[in-house]
Amino acid sequence: MSRLHLINPEVEFLRYRRRLEIAGGGAAVLFLILLARFVWLQIMQFDHYHALAENNRISLVPAPPSRGVIYDRQGLILAQNFSAYTLEVTPDKVGNLDETIAQLGQVVSIEASDRKRFKRLLEESKNFESIPVRNRLTEAEVARFTVNRYRFPGVEVKARLFRQYPLGEAFSHVVGYIGRIGQHDLDRLEANEQLANYRGTDHIGKLGIEATYEPWLHGRTGIEKVETDSGGRAVRLLSRTAPQSGHDLYLQLDAKLQQVAEKAFGDYRGALVALDPRNGGVLALVSRPGFDPNMFVDGIDSGSWHELNDARERPLINRALRAVYPPGSTIKPFMALAGLETGVRRAGDTIADPGYFTLPGSSHRYRDWKKGGHGMVDMKRAIVVSCDTYFYGLAQQMGIARMSGFLSQFGFGKKSGIDLDGELAGLMPTPDWKRKRYKQPWWPGETVIAGIGQGYVLATPMQLAVATMAIANDGVVYKPQLIRAWRDPGTGLVSYAASRVVGHIAIKAEALRLVKDAMVEVTQPGGTASVAGSHAAYLFAGKTGTAQVVGIRQGEKYDASRIGAQNRDHALFIGFAPADDPKIVLAVMVENGGHGGSTAAPVARKVIDYWLLGKLPTVPVPRPPETAAPEEVEDAAPADETVAPVLEEVAQ
Amino acid sequence: MILRTLVTRLFAYLDGPLLGLLLLLLLLSSAVVYSASGENPAKMTTHFINMSVALGAMLLVSHIPPQRLMQFTLPAYALGLILLLGVALFGVVVNGSRRWLDLGLTRIQPSELMRLAAPMMLAWYLHYKQETMRRRDFLIAGLLLVLPLGLIAKQPDLGTALMIAASGFYVLFLGGLSWKVLFGAAATAGAALPLAWNYLLHDYQRNRVLTLIDPSSDPLGAGYHIIQSTIAVGSGGVAGKGWMAGTQTHLDFLPECSTDFIFAVYSEEFGLIGNLFLLLLYAAIIWRGLMLASGAPSLFGRLFAGAIVLTFATYAFVNMGMVSGILPVVGVPLPLVSYGGTSMLTVLVGFGIVMNLVSHKKLVKT
Repeated sequence: MSRLHLINPEVEFLRYRRRLEIAGGGAAVLFLILLARFVWLQIMQFDHYHALAENNRISLVPAPPSRGVIYDRQGLILAQNFSAYTLEVTPDKVGNLDETIAQLGQVVSIEASDRKRFKRLLEESKNFESIPVRNRLTEAEVARFTVNRYRFPGVEVKARLFRQYPLGEAFSHVVGYIGRIGQHDLDRLEANEQLANYRGTDHIGKLGIEATYEPWLHGRTGIEKVETDSGGRAVRLLSRTAPQSGHDLYLQLDAKLQQVAEKAFGDYRGALVALDPRNGGVLALVSRPGFDPNMFVDGIDSGSWHELNDARERPLINRALRAVYPPGSTIKPFMALAGLETGVRRAGDTIADPGYFTLPGSSHRYRDWKKGGHGMVDMKRAIVVSCDTYFYGLAQQMGIARMSGFLSQFGFGKKSGIDLDGELAGLMPTPDWKRKRYKQPWWPGETVIAGIGQGYVLATPMQLAVATMAIANDGVVYKPQLIRAWRDPGTGLVSYAASRVVGHIAIKAEALRLVKDAMVEVTQPGGTASVAGSHAAYLFAGKTGTAQVVGIRQGEKYDASRIGAQNRDHALFIGFAPADDPKIVLAVMVENGGHGGSTAAPVARKVIDYWLLGKLPTVPVPRPPETAAPEEVEDAAPADETVAPVLEEVAQ
Repeated sequence: MILRTLVTRLFAYLDGPLLGLLLLLLLLSSAVVYSASGENPAKMTTHFINMSVALGAMLLVSHIPPQRLMQFTLPAYALGLILLLGVALFGVVVNGSRRWLDLGLTRIQPSELMRLAAPMMLAWYLHYKQETMRRRDFLIAGLLLVLPLGLIAKQPDLGTALMIAASGFYVLFLGGLSWKVLFGAAATAGAALPLAWNYLLHDYQRNRVLTLIDPSSDPLGAGYHIIQSTIAVGSGGVAGKGWMAGTQTHLDFLPECSTDFIFAVYSEEFGLIGNLFLLLLYAAIIWRGLMLASGAPSLFGRLFAGAIVLTFATYAFVNMGMVSGILPVVGVPLPLVSYGGTSMLTVLVGFGIVMNLVSHKKLVKT
């Protein structure tokens, strides 16, 4: 059949020629349109454009807004701006960069670290952008440069706003820092159509509150219409749309409490999360060691950066949100609730603890931490003395599916949703998860050790604090939130962040009462945290825990003195107070701290003492802010009574 | 004597008039880049290296026999597709688009390869089916075009996708796609425009079109370039402000003016007369190119060469239209004038192919 369609090459070629002529004609028409456009612009509209270009060389200069200030709940400044002079170079306009900088070094002092930073910024920036060589010039240096200015085309002194974190290291992980806008930030800004709003701005929030609330803190860039002379220098301001400062933020955080907590850690590494159980406000969020956020603002030099990033102590990691640990015995109060609610155990059921637990048909011994066991143990005593054998058996009876289902209601294995980036979700294992992850079935022994918070179970200190809040609050879980209020710089109006209930766990009152009572007894004589709890002026509820760093072989005994400091167990503690009317909930993790009762619980005690009784260990008190926080913030109505815009859009 | 034969051999496949016109354009380009870069010697060095490399590549390509070129077609197209798939799966995101493939040593942008490989594939396919040329063949050719287009548009790189779509369309058009289908497609596209506007375009792309209509709506952002480049063109007047005397560009109103916005510099400094000269120069290149294309011995050659030349014309039109404010801002350089090695290489290799497809006929016959 196709033979019939055979095409004559001659005809075919003629058609090609015709098509080619049509296409060529089309191109000619389009070029004529262009020509018409040029005639229109360059002859008909010439006067208009000539005037624009020649008489009024108007240039639009962005006027960057000043960034919002960040305060703690008492009005202490956590992040503020100050104005300083910088010496900046535009590589495009400078002939020989190295030579210019060498010559500049004779006029103002340029340190080796300044050079290193400049080199790094040079690689990241485009050539027509001006890059700082030196920050914070002194008045004398500014004067010296101005005299020599004619020698340095393409080098300018500029007045810029800088960010400063007066309380430094203690808030490095929470408040975070701003840094120079990098390619990654540019991409994001372009995607959000925010690029124009960042013209003239060099810095952007990189970490912590500074990053989460970037859209609020930044403000709106203004535009100045400036007439320039033939040399491009501004001669007259024609009109100005004023920039709009960013919102000032007020955090739930209490700076002094945070410093008390920092101090309480001594030389230990670790993390602490303190929440207000009545609204989820984050009162303190500590991750030790920290770093000085001020180093990042001007662009950190690569030497210091590597030092921080490669340090064995990992100061750049926010342990409160990004370090996961086996929760150890701190999981026991939740296991007890699970036992009561699922009906697997009654409160009065007792077991005889021989010091170990065995699965039916197996000789493997799951040891109790106490050799020889605790004797006759009921549920309450099991929590107070932290009896492992009791919870091994409970876990085995309950099974992993029910355990995991019940515990995830408390937030295990889920992100808490705090308004900071980078939070990890921890892990509440299920047989399904293990099959997918390791392509292996779930072994019964893994359920047994999960019952005392070992094995696959992993949680961040933040998750432990949220779970503890659920107990303290009789099942009500609030989303942990750092933001308390923000002030609109234009209207001066302060709005409050609404607290959000994210979970309501149904637990019977008797079950809660039993577990809370047991947790109070933990801090009393006979309990595992009795030392830290002695003579507390309030009802102090808590639970100690220990997270293993190294495995201990069957038949071997853990001996802290024989293990290197790096491999010693992590000490854990969760707690709340006053137990009858909780005002603070916390989770403490002390890395390589050994026993929860001896290192983590005392940290919690000091923090709670300060919060409830105002007992202040000696800490350096920061200087008071220049401007007091507005009235509205001070006599604030409880946050949950005021409704505020949804925070989601900011928290992304 | 030996030297002369060697030189004759070397340039045997080049077309004199076309080569002359291209060199004239490159000369003009050097003058404009010199002014636009602010007499930056480093940039000029790079520019000369770019031109030399591209001219060398053109010379090299002109020596490949068309039959060999046809053998390359399928592998080149397949390689391009695989690389594009690679980009979609493992690509590096730069400036919000996933266009680059990291090969460890260097990064490549596979969509550049497709600029030539896609029309070449279509020409090859129609050549292969030339005895029948039924509507079904055009459909398949269309699919061969849509495949890479979809991958490139998804990156997203709408500018490149549109240019490749144009070059593929030229092959189909020159290959004799029936007018009925053409009008039908045009009508469908017209009807689908509102849908595409609402669902297919990214916000920033919509923004660029809206900015074209009212540049003052976003004077610091997308509108900035259009406002400033239109002022540059308009203030050039009939005679221009003179070489190196453009105020708009030399006073930094128009950053990065040596690449996509170089026409603003040229237009400001050389005025309407200069523009007319440039348009005529482009027209002459296109004219000569189309003449050569119609003389190609095989259908493959005619289609491919025709598409290359018409695509070149499209680039020139789109860029000048964008700078003078009648088309939205898409990242298309002014061919053979803008600073930048990749575009120059692609265009000159294209012309190398045009010359080779045509000139090899003489040698084959004798």
